[in-house]
Amino acid sequence: MKILTTNFLTCALRACKSHPNSFPLRFRDAELQQDSSPFNAAFISNILPRIDWSALLTTAAELGFTNLPVEKPAVVDEKVGMELHRILIETHVVEGKLVCGNCGHQYAIHQGTANFLLPGHLGISPTPFVWRTGVADIYA
Amino acid sequence: MEIADPEEYEVSHVHRVYEHIASHFSATRFKPWPIVEKFLRDLPIGAVGLDVGCGNGKYWMVNPDIFIVGSDRSPSLIGIAHSRGIQDSIVADALDLPHPDSCFDFAISIAVIHHFSSSERRCHALKSILATLKAPNNSSDGGKALIYVWALEQKNSRRGWDEGDRQDVFVPWVMSKQFSTSAKGKESQQNRQKLAYMRYYHLYRKGELEADIARAGGRVLESGYEKDNWWAVCGPVR
Repeated sequence: MKILTTNFLTCALRACKSHPNSFPLRFRDAELQQDSSPFNAAFISNILPRIDWSALLTTAAELGFTNLPVEKPAVVDEKVGMELHRILIETHVVEGKLVCGNCGHQYAIHQGTANFLLPGHLGISPTPFVWRTGVADIYA
Repeated sequence: MEIADPEEYEVSHVHRVYEHIASHFSATRFKPWPIVEKFLRDLPIGAVGLDVGCGNGKYWMVNPDIFIVGSDRSPSLIGIAHSRGIQDSIVADALDLPHPDSCFDFAISIAVIHHFSSSERRCHALKSILATLKAPNNSSDGGKALIYVWALEQKNSRRGWDEGDRQDVFVPWVMSKQFSTSAKGKESQQNRQKLAYMRYYHLYRKGELEADIARAGGRVLESGYEKDNWWAVCGPVR
């Protein structure tokens, strides 16, 4: 999961969304991976107005990136653009937890996938509804 | 049709089915639908949006200049999306989306809302998608969502349903043997019958999608019919 993605995530509980502590979700035990992908300057400067900068600073600091400017840059020069690209696009969280600062619920990240299903969503019985039949073949 | 416990019903007749058919289902889902493709291509560079019920993530590659956060209720389908290199998809329920309100430029939800088994839950799903979109103001139209649902009126399709038919149906997914995960099970040793997994669908009749969007507090900007599906582009009201 990209760091950029975390700027667009919050607690799945509706009641938490209006609470400022629910955003950004806080990382716990995060394991990072860097990859390299082509730098798209236009994409970075167009995505910037859509980023919640103070949330990004919180997330970045939590993960050890401390050299972002305190204020959102008005213009993206190459140096800032490359740094944003490295943090937002090329850094992935592969294991760990995202924690809501309001209700304390922990969402697990495993193999790069965060799971936001709440306990009430989890199924009860393991068997799906299956028909063993030749009749269904008429639809196939 | 009244279902006593829609949530539990969907666990049996939608979620578990997709978990079991995920790899076979994904292998048949690769071609983007033209209206969806156009919707995504027309977005400005740097647009940020959601794909609610993204499955294997087949819409990711359409426009590399936008950013899509995909979600699906099926961990298996999200696992397949990841194995295809799509790293920004999460497991989530459309009724409890983990996204901030009024923040996104666009959303798509293609062939998803028809799996909710009550009118209230279909509206709730639309409401929860609409809530994520930027609100319109004097300088902008706000965010837009493209919604696709299966149509009741499809008399020329192989299913052959049409106006006046039942709207709540089971549609079998006949599992091809190569994808069957139960191949080692003792039933399949006894006889190698095909397994038909029954998926629940609510088939939308003409005008129903627009009515549901209005009921969810949205406004319809454009709508139409394409290849056995009703679709609509909608947004939050000002």
